[in-house]
Amino acid sequence: MSMTRNVSLARALGYKGGGPMLTFILHRIGGMGMATFISIHVLASFLGGDAGRFINDIYESWVFQIFIFFFVMFHAINGLRITLIDLFPDLLEYQREAIWVEWGVFLPLYSFAVYSIVTAALGG
Amino acid sequence: MTEKSRTLSLKHRGMNFEMLMWIFTRLSALAMYAFFLVGLAGAFWMGARYHMNFADVMRWAFTTNVTHVQSTALPSLDPWATWFWKLVASGLYLTASAHGIHGMVVIADDYIVSPGGRKVVRLLSMVFMLAFSVMGVYVLWTS
Repeated sequence: MSMTRNVSLARALGYKGGGPMLTFILHRIGGMGMATFISIHVLASFLGGDAGRFINDIYESWVFQIFIFFFVMFHAINGLRITLIDLFPDLLEYQREAIWVEWGVFLPLYSFAVYSIVTAALGG
Repeated sequence: MTEKSRTLSLKHRGMNFEMLMWIFTRLSALAMYAFFLVGLAGAFWMGARYHMNFADVMRWAFTTNVTHVQSTALPSLDPWATWFWKLVASGLYLTASAHGIHGMVVIADDYIVSPGGRKVVRLLSMVFMLAFSVMGVYVLWTS
């Protein structure tokens, strides 16, 4: 296979993909983030010891929870949109509307999760 | 946008390993939603709304491991540590591992284009899948 890209970083960053491109990038970053963090979490839990406890203590901190909840919840909600549109291709006509619905579902749910994480951290 | 998008039905796209994995990625996402909903329903059935906040319930439903609820105000963790919940957690974990590792291969393929490089990526993905399946299931059943 001899595929080459020949797209400079500056040109890639200037690409105006709009809403669909933003969800594509966030889905990839979220997926890679989850794969990395869950792998380390499993490894830390498997190995145990001081190092394992140290890593899992970081994972249980409220700051990290806000971070990982963004990845997991966005990836899950965006993934459902992708799955439904891919399995029912006629819906592709409405993918921009579906992205707005997706944000409309994600933002309140994520805000509620952040609120409950922060209030629990403050002892509420 | 006035022009109708061009789509091709599944039966006209041809079937090969990549196509099978494309379908697997979509169906495994739905399977993970099913595991999530079982965990969510179970949490409420076991009284989550009296002892857990929204984030605690989400954390439990994403993986029904008792260690995910040990910092909550639950009076007893025993109902949350049964073999049923370990089975649900194992099912979700193995589905998510296969989904995630294949996703990483798809991303890697966008940057590693040589046939040799892609073979290495696939070999590494199989080693990772095996190693993390064993470690993850061991952690779930011993915690």
